Amino acid sequence: MFTGASQFALVGVVGAGGSVWAGAAAAALLGSRNALYGIRLSSLLNVRRWRRFAASQFVIDETTAMAIARDEPSLSRYAFWATGVALFLFWNTLIGALATHALSNPKVLGLDAAPPAAFLALLAPRLRAREPLAIAFAAAVVAIAVLPFVPAGVPLLVVALLVTLFGLLRK
Amino acid sequence: MWAGILVASVSCYALKLAGLSLPQRWLQDPRIQRTVPLIPIALLASLVATQTFSTGRHLVLDVRAVALLVAIVAVALRAPFLVVVAVAAATAALLRALQL
Repeated sequence: MFTGASQFALVGVVGAGGSVWAGAAAAALLGSRNALYGIRLSSLLNVRRWRRFAASQFVIDETTAMAIARDEPSLSRYAFWATGVALFLFWNTLIGALATHALSNPKVLGLDAAPPAAFLALLAPRLRAREPLAIAFAAAVVAIAVLPFVPAGVPLLVVALLVTLFGLLRK
Repeated sequence: MWAGILVASVSCYALKLAGLSLPQRWLQDPRIQRTVPLIPIALLASLVATQTFSTGRHLVLDVRAVALLVAIVAVALRAPFLVVVAVAAATAALLRALQL
């Protein structure tokens, strides 16, 4: 699983005492945006056969942003692969280092405050208009409101269901 | 546990592969195009809220709320990802060390 928000979500749900399946569902839902990135990228990258299986792993926020910002397809391809490989190595090293060191006592290092900040940093670039901002606030309120009454991880699924209905049914 | 992690990993990979592989028109329905970008917004916002204001199934207000405020300031100042995470963690650690 190489897509940061999904990794954090799975760890967050399990860490809060939720079932691993609720965490997995949240991770997969967060990963759904990568499918849209793939659609956008497939015309740019023109990947065939085995390359497609390798390219898939690198379809994330950062590589998509870097690839679609280039004017020439050859530069797009270069940006995609370079960003993908660099982040893949960096990210997995970082997560590995955190996982081996952090588990002793996460509170002393403030590491329980790190995931919300990470989610916020991933969220912020998507909030540049009024509607996404309103959706973000509504989602946060709903999640907090249902949290005491359902198992850990389920608030995320409630929010995912509601926002999907909102998106599909809205005119 | 590992089965869940495996399923989540395979799902995330399959979604990426689907985006690169499916016929373009399948996923170009305007309703899907509109809805899919909203899902991460809602989920990330929920994660920020629940992981800041709860422990297990209890709502709590503690140093994580202050850390979140600091993170919001850092994001508003366009700090890089790792800086945002680091200042939030440092804020929580510092407040705890000061016994606030």
